[in-house]
Parts: sequence; C-alpha cells; structure tokens
Amino acid sequence: MRIEGKGLIDRSETVPFVFDGVRYTGFRGDTLASALLANEQRLMGRSFKYHRPRGVLTAGSEEPNALVTVGEGAAQNPNVRATMQEIYPELSARSQNRWPSLNFDLMSINDLAAPFLGAGFYYKTFMWPKSFWEKLYEPVIRRAAGLGALSGADNVDKYESAYAFCDLLVIGAGPAGLMAALVAARAGADVILADENARMGGRLLSETYAVDGKPGHVWADEVLSQLEAMENVRLMTRTTIAGAYDQGTFAALERFGHHTEHRPSGAPLETYWRIVAKRSVLAAGALERPVAFRDNDRPGIMTAGAVRAYLNRWGVSPGRNVSIFGNTDDIHRTARDLLDAGVHVAAVIDSRHDAPLSNEYEVLRGAQVCGSTGRKGLEAITVRRASGEERIHTDCLAMTGGWNPSVHLTCHMNGRPTWNRDIEAFVPTPGAIPGMITAGACNGSFSTVSCLRDGIEAAKSSLAELGLKAPKTPVPDAEDDPYNISQLWAVPGTGRAWLDFQNDVTVKDVKQAATENFRSVEHMKRYTTQGMATDQGKNSNVAALAVLADATGRGIPETGTTTFRPPYSPIAIAALGAGAEGSAFKPQRFTTSHPASLKRNAPMIEAGLWYRPSYFSKDGETTWRQSCDREVNMVRQAVGICDVSTLGKIDIQGPDAGAFLDFVYTNMFSTLKVGRTRYGLMLREDGYVMDDGTTARLGETHYLMTTTTAAAGEVMKHLEFVHQGLRPDLDVTFTSVTEHWAQFAVAGPKSRELLSALLDTPLDDENWPFMACGPVSVLGVQGRLFRISFSGEHAYEIAVPARYGANLFDILTERAEALGGGLYGMEALNVLRIEKGFITHAEIHGRTTAYDIGMGRMVSQKKDCIGKTMSERPGLEEAGRERLVGLKPIGESKELLAGAHLYNEEAEPVRTNDQGYLTSVCYSPTMETMLGLAFLADGPDRYGEIVKMVDHLRDVTTLCEVVNPVFFDPEGGRVRG
Amino acid sequence: MRITCPYCGERDRREFYYRGAAVDLERPAPDAGEDAWNDFVYLRDNPAGVTRELWCHEGGCGAWIVVTRNTVTHEILGSQLASEVKR
Amino acid sequence: MDKLIAKTPCDGLLPLSVGTVKLSEEDVGAIHSISPYKGKQKAVSEAMKVAHGMAYPSANRSTGKAGARAVWFGPAHAMMMGPEPDPALSENAAIVDQSDAWAVVRLEGAGVEDVLARVVPVDLRKAQFKRGHTARTLLFHMTASITRVGENAFQIMVFRSMAGTLVHDLKRAMEGVAARG
Repeated sequence: MRIEGKGLIDRSETVPFVFDGVRYTGFRGDTLASALLANEQRLMGRSFKYHRPRGVLTAGSEEPNALVTVGEGAAQNPNVRATMQEIYPELSARSQNRWPSLNFDLMSINDLAAPFLGAGFYYKTFMWPKSFWEKLYEPVIRRAAGLGALSGADNVDKYESAYAFCDLLVIGAGPAGLMAALVAARAGADVILADENARMGGRLLSETYAVDGKPGHVWADEVLSQLEAMENVRLMTRTTIAGAYDQGTFAALERFGHHTEHRPSGAPLETYWRIVAKRSVLAAGALERPVAFRDNDRPGIMTAGAVRAYLNRWGVSPGRNVSIFGNTDDIHRTARDLLDAGVHVAAVIDSRHDAPLSNEYEVLRGAQVCGSTGRKGLEAITVRRASGEERIHTDCLAMTGGWNPSVHLTCHMNGRPTWNRDIEAFVPTPGAIPGMITAGACNGSFSTVSCLRDGIEAAKSSLAELGLKAPKTPVPDAEDDPYNISQLWAVPGTGRAWLDFQNDVTVKDVKQAATENFRSVEHMKRYTTQGMATDQGKNSNVAALAVLADATGRGIPETGTTTFRPPYSPIAIAALGAGAEGSAFKPQRFTTSHPASLKRNAPMIEAGLWYRPSYFSKDGETTWRQSCDREVNMVRQAVGICDVSTLGKIDIQGPDAGAFLDFVYTNMFSTLKVGRTRYGLMLREDGYVMDDGTTARLGETHYLMTTTTAAAGEVMKHLEFVHQGLRPDLDVTFTSVTEHWAQFAVAGPKSRELLSALLDTPLDDENWPFMACGPVSVLGVQGRLFRISFSGEHAYEIAVPARYGANLFDILTERAEALGGGLYGMEALNVLRIEKGFITHAEIHGRTTAYDIGMGRMVSQKKDCIGKTMSERPGLEEAGRERLVGLKPIGESKELLAGAHLYNEEAEPVRTNDQGYLTSVCYSPTMETMLGLAFLADGPDRYGEIVKMVDHLRDVTTLCEVVNPVFFDPEGGRVRG
Repeated sequence: MRITCPYCGERDRREFYYRGAAVDLERPAPDAGEDAWNDFVYLRDNPAGVTRELWCHEGGCGAWIVVTRNTVTHEILGSQLASEVKR
Repeated sequence: MDKLIAKTPCDGLLPLSVGTVKLSEEDVGAIHSISPYKGKQKAVSEAMKVAHGMAYPSANRSTGKAGARAVWFGPAHAMMMGPEPDPALSENAAIVDQSDAWAVVRLEGAGVEDVLARVVPVDLRKAQFKRGHTARTLLFHMTASITRVGENAFQIMVFRSMAGTLVHDLKRAMEGVAARG
C-alpha cells in the first residue's frame, strides 16, 4: 500500500514494469520489491527445497526469498534480488523455482513430504545403488530444488574489469562512512567511497531521525554534494566491496547497467573492480536478524528494519494492519513510524518483561509470537503470553531479533569476530585486516551519533597513518537512543521454525544435527546446508549457531562462527572473467604470414599463443592427409616454404656470452666458429631435458639462440634466472628478438636455386656449407641466412625484419610454386621431422634425459652445466631405461597411434609387462608406411626385434619392427648435398 | 596480494611468476655429493611463518627477486634482487 | 629487382577514436635496445648524451623527447627510439635492433587514464604517473611498456605479433569508458 507524502521516490515519473507476465506500475526510485509491495503483491518466490510461498524478508542485498530472473534469452539474469533491482520502464522479471506458476506450484508437494526431508535426508536415502546417484537421484533432486537458470546461450552482455587506487577506501555510505569520507577528503586524502545501494546514505534513508537538525537523508545529500565537488574523491554507487585481500587489495562489483533501460552500446552491465587502498574504513552497517517461530516464513512477515525502509524510503506500507514483534527498542521506533504514517498497528509484542510502555499503543510485554496462519500470505499470528495464547489478525509482521554487525569483510583474511554480550552479536576483532578500521553499526555502534563519531575517529586514525592531518570536525547532533536487547533466537514450540529461509533450514534441523553429533558449527552447516545459499547465511548464521550452542550446552563464543569468505554477495562468473571472453581469453600472436595463410584457407592451429597453418589444401584434395602428403613430397622433391618466425630467438651478447652458453647448454658453444650454427641441448637442474635448438655465433661476443616455439618464454626466463640468480658474475645480456625477425624455412633440393635469385651472395658450398650463418641482403633488405634443416633436406632459414615478412613470404611462395614447390604447414613439418627422427616436445616431454633420446654424449665432460650433476645419477643411465627408437608396422595392422604402449610380442598387454610407449606417429609418403617414434626399454639395443603396440582405448594392436629412429637418409647426404 | 619489485615498486601479484624457495640460488659445487644435490633439487621446507621465495617480475621488468614473506599472515617482509643476494 | 615492401604492425587496424580518446599507430623511427655491460652504464649514458642528446634513463623513467627518446625497459635494457645508434655505443653496451619487434601506439585524449585503468594494474593517474614516467607492466594479458608522453597522452608498446589483441583490448576499454559519458 502506497503512503502519500512518504518516501524518497520520484512520484512525478510512473514506471511500468512486468512481473510474471502481469503489468504493474511503480515510481522512479522504487525497487522491484517496493513496487510489488506497493501493488500488494506479497508473494515473490518459492523456497529452495519445499517450494513454500515466500515474500520479501528484507529490503537489502541480504534478501533470501525474493530472487527473480530479469530479462529474457541470452540476456537473462537469474537470482536477482528483488530488493536490489531498481525498476525502469519495461523491466521484465519472473519468479523462480516454481512450476507451472508462482501461485500454483506443483513442486510444493515437497512441503507435504517435509517430515521426511529433514537434515541429512539426501545423504541417508540416496545411498544405494551407488550408480544411481549420478544418473538418477542427483538430476531429479537438482531439478526440484533450485534457483534461477542461465539461458544456455552465449551471454550478450558486456562485463568489464578495472583497477582503482586510493589512500583511503570507505566501505559503506551510511552516517559512519559519510563522516569518515568527509573528514579524510577534507584532509586531502585520495578517497574512494563505495556503497552497494543506488543512493548513498545507508539507514539515514530508511529512518526518520534528524542529523544536525535536518532529516537524515537531507544531511546525507549535503555531505555527498560536498564530496562530489572534491577532486580527490570518487563516489562509487551500486558498488559492493565483495572481498578484502592481501596488501590492501579489494574486489568490488559495480552493477552499472542493471537499473536502466538506457544502456549505450559498449557500456558494461557490470564492472569488476580491483581497488588498491593504502588504508580502509569498514562502515558496512548491520543486518537485522529474524526470529525463529513456527511458520515465520509466510509472505508478509519481514524484518522490522525492512518495514521501516519500505515505509520511509519508498513510501510503501507492506501491510494495512501491521503487527510488531521483537526484543529491542527498535520495535517502538517501528510502531511510531507506522502510526505517524497513518498505518494501523495491530499489536506490539515485546519479548522483554521490562519493555518500555507507550501511551500511543498497547505493548504486550513478555509475549512471543509462536505461530502464523494464512494462505500464500500472512492472515493472523498467534501470540503466547503467560495468560495463554491469542490469535491476532494482521497482514504484516515486522520482527526483530536484534542486529548483526556486518563483520564479513573483516573475516576474509582468516579473522574471527568477537562476541559482544552488550549487543548479543559478533563484532569485528580489531586488526583482522591490516590497515582496516571498522566504524559505525558494523562495529557495534548502533545509535546515529555513535556512528557519526566512529566515522570521524576512523578517519582520524587512518589519516595519521597516512601522514595527513585531520581537520577539526565536531560530531553532528543526532539520536543516541538505547538499544536494550535481550536474547531471543527461537520461540519454543512444535512445527517448523525457519532459520535459513533460503535453504529451508529449521530449528529442528539444527537440533537434529547436534543429536547426530554434528556439533561443530562447520559440520552443522554442511549437514543442514544452513548458510550455504546465495545469502551465505547473512540472515541465519548467528541464530543457527545460538540454537546449536543451546542444543550442545555450550555458549555462543565457544561454539564460534563459520568462516565468512569472499564474495560478500554473489558475483557472476562473467564479471570475474570480464574481457576474456572468446578469443580474448588470451592474447593472439600472429605471424606476418598469417593473412596469406588465411587467404589460402589453411586451418590454423594454436602453438602456445601463436597461430600456425596446419596444411594448405589444393583443389581436389578432400582430406588433410592428401594435402600433407603432397606437401611432404614437394619438400623432398622440389622446395617448400614454411613460416618459422614463432621459434624463440634470443640475442646474447657480452664478453662472457660464450662462457654463459657453455653453462646453460650441455655441449660447448665457446668453441663454435663465428659464422657457424650448432645444435644445443638444455637440461633442467634435475638432469632432464628442458629444450633444444640451434645457436648461431654472429660475432666474437655475439650469439643468436633459437628455442622451440612452445618453450621460448620458459627458456628466456631460465636464462635470466641462471644469469641473475646463479651467475651474476658473468657479463652477458639477453634480448628477445623473436618479434623483430620474420623467418622462413626454405627446404628442399631446389632451395638453393630459389634463394640464389633473391640474394646478393652466391650460395655455394664453400661459403654457405651446412650449418653456416651470416648476414645477407635480400631484395635490398639486410637479413640473415642460416643453412639449417629440420626436414633433412638441403635447406635454409632466411630472416628479414618483420615489416618485410608478409611481402617476402608472398615472393618465396610464388618462386617456390614456379619451381614445382610451395607452402607446407605444421602437419607436413611434423612428417618431415619424424622421417628424420628429429625430436620435439612430444619426445622431450619433461621425463626424458639426454641419454634417453640418444644424445648422452652431448653432455660435455669438459665442463659443468645446468643439470649435469643430476643427469649422471646411476638411475638415469641404467639398463632397462626407455630410450628413443623408431617403429615400423610389419603385421596385418598398419596403424600406429601416439600414446599407445609397447609390449613384447608374446606378452599379455597389461601394465606389468609394459615396455614403453609411442610419442609421435605419422604416415610417411616418402617411405609409404606409418612411422613411429617411441621410447622402448633398452630400445637402441633391440633394432630388428618385433614388439607389439597395443592401444587399449582405441582397441588397436599392431606388430612393429624396432628400427633406428632416423628412418630416412640416415647418412645425411641430402642435407649436405 | 602485492609484491614489491626493487625496481618498479609495489605491484599486483599478477605481474609476478612464482618459482619456489630461494634455496634455488644456493647451487652446490658439481662435486658436493649426492646429499647436497638431493637437498638442492628436491627438498624444501614448508614453513608456517617466514619464508624466502624466488619470484620473477615477468609481467614487468623481468627482474628475479627474493621475497621474504610470512605464510601465516601473508605479510611481505622484504624483497631483494636475486643478483644482489648472490653478490 | 624490386625492393621488399614494408608493412607496419598495426596496418589496417588503426587509427580509431571512441568518445574523447584516440588510438593511433606511432612511427617512432628506429628502435634499439641498449644493454650496458657491467659497470658501463655511466659511460653509455655519457656517450648517448653526446651522440643523441639524451641520457640513459633511470628506472621507471624516459629521457629525450618525441623523435629521440630513451625508455627504461628493465634492469638490463633501455629502448632508444628515433635515431640510429652511434656505433661507438657498442663499445660499452649490447645494441640490438628492435625496430620491427614492437607495435607502438599512442593513446590520447580526455579520460585516457580511465581507459588504461580498465587494462593496466598500475596507478597511471597524473599525480602518480607524470610525463616522463614509464612502467613495464601488463596490458590486460600482455606484457607492455607504457610511458606518459603528454598531458593526456601515453605511448604503449607490446610485441608486434599481438597488435591485433592490443587494438581489441584498448578498443573495448575505450568503449566502456565512452559509454559512461
């Protein structure tokens, strides 16, 4: 029911919206919850487990009941709290967890079965047969118990992430937060003030007190306009500080686009902020506790603070005939506000025997509400007094069990709150978060004046630590009313008294947990699921543990709390991953030939962050194998071109460059001649192979190392570590030049012919023998040439500055095609190297040594190097080790599969008979058979033997001959020819 | 979590790569014997309290640094260049 | 015979403007990394001053001006941008041509800091990060070099191969800021 003349809404703007298909109107400034209450729609959702009808319990982000889905299809957002969703024209929201409708929910049959569905029901019932859990029970239970769902379509909304920095972060913009921000800002500190609500002011917006003689919201607005005018202040509304992390880092979620129909293109729905603050003030306020009594979950029953908020902030009375129940002086504040607004008060029930009396209304002292009735909404309550029980007709019950300070953030770094008897609640333990000071209601200071004072003091302490001087600030005049709480958690009686509204946990469930010996609060939580819903027990934790404490005969402090973890309120995964959707998941690295490869329809495969062409399909080729075979033949018979720019290239210079390389490589590089290239092997310190590649000596103190594409970053970091951490005495520098050079392999018998036409130097064997390197001029551009080969053919790699890469690639392609050659991709490259027995990271996969790959002799005995000592451990060279061999199929099956295991021909293919495994396989068009590289026990001693390859997953068995891994041109004549 | 790079100042943890205990700086001589090498390569303490670790400011200046940190409180107690620790 | 044709890293990607912020490719001329040998940083700096009119930059700073600038790039490197390095420098430092290794862009306009705050985990506001300050840091997922070169202007460098991702990430950030009006 809307109350004339009350509320901070804009009555000049009516806002039409839709809930469950029905059109309603509200005013600008309404939340979905306040607008529905104004339309006397109390039923807003169904409970999680029993599908009980539920209405709002609160007016804030802690709301457990009124969860709705906003929007449709790909843009739909589930589990939005109606208490936080501002309405805008054509907002469309739906209730959740009901079928077929909110009013008539067939699943509410669960409620009738409630006697069987108590705590632990699922654990006890669905135990047998075991396989049924995953296939049957869990899916059925999940469908019945639930929250809203995502659409399943790709999210169309934009989410954003951002960083912010400040001297002081003030969390919460109620009286304490506003005061702290004002004092700090006036002192010149760089301040961020964040509040989860659309409008700053906290409880000042929901209560009727005056501050400095003005209505609280007017005072708040005046402070805000002062703050807004200051350059050193950033106000962040609709921003929840969700987590407190190490060294002053905070996570914050800004709900930027949920409240409006006008979202410009490019605007985010939400922004996930990471705020770094030198100091922080937590002024997060407090959350009101419900009281557990039989059927305390009927729509129309809500916290007293929520009733005042709907009345004072939104001009809505949640009922026409309101009753009030509780254990603090707040109930009288509620009664006065309602009476002042002209709302009929049905009864004021105060559990305290010494409660203050009023001459405006009757106070039922020492009384308790012990039950409620009504279909889909409250119709009457039952009040128990010493004299007996009485039924009172009412359509709204405002209840209060006291307030819990919002200590959540102070617990995010393992802090434990402290029990305060005066307010019967947990308060933050000072120092729980380094640099954070708590102020106001979250600190247990409940009167307005104490909040204002706390805010000033918190700012002063923070400023002192920041080295800033606080301006003299008097505490504004405000109420300092008493609170006078007396414990009241659960009203005794039969039936179900709800503690956790969202997860349907009752007092009885908690007691049952204690009976079954789940006495630890952490065990009780997991057994009953109390506190495990999206509200994370904000409304229920303290009462639940009070019930547990009672049931186990302990005090509340000894019982302790469960752990509050981030986030304070739920955050969509989309916000956490903002900006990294789809191809933005990681950076994409493109070679200069990328567009040319795309133009030729090459499927691109990822190699680390790089994209490389898989194969280049020609007309008439229908499978990748046809393309690959052609490309291999082309390299073996004419000439092929392949972009190898992705290999890591590290420029190494300095007087000690040679000595350094001798230390990181197993073999010698200080003895390499200028103008020559050598293959090198790098070990990890544990003796296993790290990477391989060629290194060229370009000058006396100048080398160029190449690494594999995959390990480029790792090797660079390794070199820097070895230099900075182990050998800072060596005078040497490293510069990655991977990106500066576009480098292309030109491989095949016609490679010399092709390149000669483009270079200023003749490519004869005398000046350019195998493994030579040096500067060349390529079509007028200074480049570098390396006579190296990864295909076993006469081959070169030519490098030019990357700006010329695309053009040179086109020219090389054209020339190669004219010579009967062309481009080859990764598939062909792989076949070419397997035919030659060259290794890649498929072989040097982290568990193989130089000895295993047949390069034991490359570990120089003349010097120390990284990994040398450990590589000499007896176990790494002993008989029986699996070592590199080649395999050829010889039986009926001609298929080889990477990953398959090897067994002796007559042995049963079981683990205990395992002899090794295949790492790389290919079909070789050159040899016209499949080839495999494998690690086989004592492999090199077994050439000529027959072994059995068995792939249990793909059910293939193939007999293979063990051969030298260099299948093709073992003498190496082609590479030198 | 924020770590101080001796060159760049306090930076977000995401800029850093974690390697492990700073023991990695104490490479034994080649002939130091099996136990010394075994300790160096494989054995690490797992202290509840102060520990020294190697981090690389990989997403920044590339410096390898030794960070002294408390694993219980998460306090960062200091950071030094690896090259200076070795000197 | 034809000479090879050159292409810039951001060819076809830039310039672009969103709201008040403009992103353009910067032609800074030659880029060389200069890595002084042990104990030679001072000598290198003197030689740079003589030959190129700028000192070797100290940590987190750049020297020189547009057209001839040196940007600190880490403990072992500074990047000299503009002139071809004087051969005498190589007596005391490793000089490596990096002219084609980096995509260099200029981001400028009112609100440029808000754009960078979407992708850079370092406080780049004017009071903290003044003209001539430089940072090696991340730009979303990429390692980058970011230098304030004007009141509302930054020079940003990432690996050449990542030019597409750079433009994508910055454009997205620019749109997010522009949408806030």
